[in-house]
Amino acid sequence: MTQMAKIVTRNLNMYYSDFQALKNINLTIGEKEVTALIGPSGCGKSTFLRVLNRMNELIGDTRVEGKVYIDNQDIYGPKVDVVELRKRVGMVFQKPNPFPKSIYDNVAYGPRIHGLKDKQKLDELVEKSLKQAALWDEVKDRLNAPALGLSGGQQQRLCIARLLAVEPEVLLMDEPTSALDPISTMKIEELVKSLKERYTIVIVTHNMQQAARISDKTAFFLNGEVVEFNETEKMFTNPADQRTEDYITGRFG
Amino acid sequence: MSGRQKQFVGFSVLRLSALVVLLILVVILGDIVVKGAGVISWDFLTQAPTNGMTEGGIFPAVVGTFLVTLITAVIAVPLGIFAAIYLNEYAPKTKVTRLIRLSIRNLAGVPSVVFGLFGVALFVRLFGFGTSLIAAGATLGLLTLPVIITASEEALKTVPNSYREGALALGATKWQAIRTNVLPSALPGILTGVILGLARAAGETAPILFTGVAFYLPFLPDSIFSQFMALPYHLYILATQHHAIEQVRPLAYGTALVLITLVFSMNLFAIILRSYFRRKAVNSR
Ligand SMILES: Nc1ncnc2c1ncn2[C@@H]1O[C@H](COP(=O)(O)OP(=O)(O)OP(=O)(O)O)[C@@H](O)[C@H]1O
Ligand SMILES: [Mg+2]
Repeated sequence: MTQMAKIVTRNLNMYYSDFQALKNINLTIGEKEVTALIGPSGCGKSTFLRVLNRMNELIGDTRVEGKVYIDNQDIYGPKVDVVELRKRVGMVFQKPNPFPKSIYDNVAYGPRIHGLKDKQKLDELVEKSLKQAALWDEVKDRLNAPALGLSGGQQQRLCIARLLAVEPEVLLMDEPTSALDPISTMKIEELVKSLKERYTIVIVTHNMQQAARISDKTAFFLNGEVVEFNETEKMFTNPADQRTEDYITGRFG
Repeated sequence: MSGRQKQFVGFSVLRLSALVVLLILVVILGDIVVKGAGVISWDFLTQAPTNGMTEGGIFPAVVGTFLVTLITAVIAVPLGIFAAIYLNEYAPKTKVTRLIRLSIRNLAGVPSVVFGLFGVALFVRLFGFGTSLIAAGATLGLLTLPVIITASEEALKTVPNSYREGALALGATKWQAIRTNVLPSALPGILTGVILGLARAAGETAPILFTGVAFYLPFLPDSIFSQFMALPYHLYILATQHHAIEQVRPLAYGTALVLITLVFSMNLFAIILRSYFRRKAVNSR
């Protein structure tokens, strides 16, 4: 598999005040690949995701060193429009966070703030996004019902639909199934597999089987460093680093 | 004493305190209602005072209080809400910001007569508004601002951060996220604070005393630079300054009843609004 590089990090360091959360990260994430981030709690997976769409800047007193390129553009460069960047690099949070609006308005939220007013186009986009997120059949009869009335798994799929409606290029997913039952989890895994035809996906997961099932490549984080980054196949059958093997086989972490 | 007995004594003391407070309230309100109700009539509400304020109604005072509260709202509501948005959403979390916030809270505790004197110096004199609706409204606005800012900031604080981040992660600008996602959730709390603040302003005497309220005016104000009559001041006159105090006492009670009813219904409206939004929030969960 030789694919175009979508995201490249070079000597990336990230600090919360004087605590260094990411240490010299060098990753190349291919276009239309699914990359899984694994590693014990607190090793910097969420931090890494948030660096990719500059959400880390919302927390005061953080600092990024090194380079992050998306489509060969240095996203921390001086001319970058952060709002535009986040439109291209969307994020699904660990905890489903639907807005206190109707299901329809949740999905239409992104397109609307980006200026789409045409009711018919909005309708089509909402339907398409909900279908992509495998939620349409469950909610098509109650699009005007409050989104907060959905189950946790439905809420998470709604958040994915909401993101898809913006038509980003990169999807960052932070443990999207951590709070979900096996059936919802399976649906979201199916979804990720189907989405990768059109999107570059970076997904954090604590579930080794999940990483093995859905990802092309896996990065193993430990204490802010990437210990190993490889084809998922290879990583799970024949890890290069002893620490990776220990972690994957459950001997620590 | 055993634990149970101590608990019993403790409860009794608390219950008694609550009862005493309630009793005082009931006595005051009861007194005003009983003595004031007889005076209230359509004419009382729609006629001007006549015959050296010994007869007639309180219409100019009702209108004046309404107008001055309206001006207060026009000045203090947008300013207060925007200030709260700035403080909670935009201001860097520094010592200076904390100091500003602390000062605003303290401002809420400044005696209203001080605001009144400040209003004279600033609006009546410096700005040259003279004693007028606008000067009095602006002074009441200053008095109300800390209440509105504090309540609005509290309301904004209760909005989960995920509403902000969720919107930003979809490529919303900060202001879009605030306008479409944060403000709607904070609105019930903000409105409640606004109404409570305005209700307090409507009942104040000291801030308008030197800045625009008139003892007696046979006509209604015709511009924001006119003087006006207001319920709290009218009540104060009837109750303590009138040359025939005994004779106008019923009118004073009637005025008090109208003023209390006004403030009370504003507060009631705030409570209803709050519980309505709270129920709506629960239902949508
Ligand atoms: N806002 C913050 N301020 C200071 N330190 C932080 C902040 N957020 C995270 N950290 C620290 O950065 C490190 C990495 O955190 P991060 O949330 O990226 O871990 P994670 O790998 O996502 O963990 P988990 O699997 O539990 O979600 C941790 O040591 C954490 O304590
Ligand atoms: Mg995390």
